[in-house]
Parts: sequence; structure tokens; C-alpha cells
Amino acid sequence: MNFAVLQFPASNCDQDALHVVKDVLGQSARFVWHKENSLAGIDAVIIPGGFSYGDYLRTGAIARFSPIMEAVQAFAAHGGAVLGICNGFQILCEAGLLPGALIRNRSLQFRCESVFLKTTGQDSPFTNKIPNGKIMRLPIAHGEGCYFADETTLEKLKVNGQILWQYADAQGELTPSSNPNGSLWNIAGIRNEAGNVAGLMPHPERASEAILGGADGRLIFESLIFWLENKMARAA
Amino acid sequence: MIDMKARIIVTPKKAVLDPQGKTVQNALEHMGYQGVGAVHVGKYLEIDLPGADKEAWRKQIDDACHKILSNPVIEDYRFEIE
Repeated sequence: MNFAVLQFPASNCDQDALHVVKDVLGQSARFVWHKENSLAGIDAVIIPGGFSYGDYLRTGAIARFSPIMEAVQAFAAHGGAVLGICNGFQILCEAGLLPGALIRNRSLQFRCESVFLKTTGQDSPFTNKIPNGKIMRLPIAHGEGCYFADETTLEKLKVNGQILWQYADAQGELTPSSNPNGSLWNIAGIRNEAGNVAGLMPHPERASEAILGGADGRLIFESLIFWLENKMARAA
Repeated sequence: MIDMKARIIVTPKKAVLDPQGKTVQNALEHMGYQGVGAVHVGKYLEIDLPGADKEAWRKQIDDACHKILSNPVIEDYRFEIE
């Protein structure tokens, strides 16, 4: 599969994301600079973490108007798979490709630690390889990861099964103490209504090899690759 | 030719958690400013505008506020041009 990893000024998880899909999982992958305006030949887009445009104004607010984002909008509208990680999640929310917004952590602290995640719904392009009941352990590193949406949006997310990942304790219970940033409903990651766009604050690309202390993050990339291969087989 | 300024104030919506505001409020109370109510921390932007066509700028600034200067999911904005 052909992956594009977007690069904005001050993206800083781009190398890690490319390394995982290319070196660890053997896919074809290339960087796409934010000034480019085409995603021709690309099967999946990863918007990596970082501090695009210095987080000026709001996280993701300026990156969302970069030329490449028009191509991402069109790509997503045609069912292309898009995964936003950390700042990538913030950019997708600002762009309106995902509902809600990420605001300052309730503690006002930048949180850099490992969290446990409960996955809901094994049928999405991003979760199909995650075993039922599996509690993943992934690192977070953010100051503005508190997920906010109004009540109507939250209910809609729940009814449609769009909440993919929630902060939990090691047993999978959604407790207040396992929520590192004050996110409503312990939300760590969601998908869009169609299912082809997802974002999460934790960093699967930083936990995809045992040498890094954990490989749970691989499950998300493997899910995406499996879904893409199936999609291609169906189209053939 | 009269040069004008847009003065834009962006504030968190009431329903949105505002831990910064709460922290500032606690600090004020701690310092002895008893009785202060809720504090909301927002943003203030000034934009220089050439020319004198206030109405045309009003439309443009409103559009910019909606599209980029604020996020309607979490923020409200208001502005004046003079």
C-alpha cells in the first residue's frame, strides 16, 4: 500500500510514522510536504504529530488551510483512509473532517506518559486487528488533548459507534483517574460517520516495536493495511 | 483614506471547560479579591485595515472570524471596527 505522511512546518512525529509503515510493516510510504496539492497514487494518509505552525492561534488552526489539506478533503470525501495522530487529530478537527475540538488539558499541564486505551468496535479500518477486549498501552505527549464536543455531537458519536478509543485503567474501566487530560467521556480517539477518517491523541507510531517498550500501536497500522488490502481486493 | 483597526475578542463558549479561567479565579480569590465571579480567558486580536470602507471590512472580518480566527465549536467572537 502507498502511504503519505504529511509534513507541516514543525511536524515532529513524521519520521516515526514513516518508519513504522515503511520499515516495520513493509509498506511503500513517502513524505508529502504541506505545500503540495496532490495525493495521486496514495492509498492512505497519515497526519503526524507535532506543533504545526507553532500551535499559533489554536492547535491545527493554520495547518488546516495548507494547500495539501484541500487534497486531503477531496481524498476523504472519496472514501480514502486518513489517520490523524495527536496534532494530526487536532488538524482533522479544525478542518471539520472530524467533529468536536481538542482544548487545553484540564490540568493545564503538558502530559507525557503511557496510558491504557479501551477500543470500541472492531469493524473500523483502524481497529479490525485489535482483539476484542484488548487494552492497549500507548504513550501520550500533549498539552491540548482534552476532547470537547456538545452533548448532541457526543450522543451522535456514541449511537454511530464513532468513539474508537477511550482512556481506561489497566482493566478497561473508564475511570476519572485514567483520563489524562479531562476529555469528555474519556475520549482518546474517534472516527467520522463514514468511518474512513480517524484521529487519536495517543501515539501508536511510538509503540510499534518491542524495543520501544511496547508494540500495541502496530495493531492500528495493521488494521489499516488489512482494510486497504481488502478494499483493493474488492475493487479488483 | 482613513486607516481603521478591527478589534476582535475571542472567548471560550460557556459550555466549554475553561481551566485557565478557573485557575485565574482561584488565584484572585487567594490574593484577597474576594467575591470575584467566574473568569474566562480568551484572546484579543488587532488587525490594521487600510481604506475607509467599514461595511466591506465588516463582512470580511466576520468571515475570517468564523473560518479561522475562532473555532465555532468551542469559541464565541465579537469585534468592532473603527
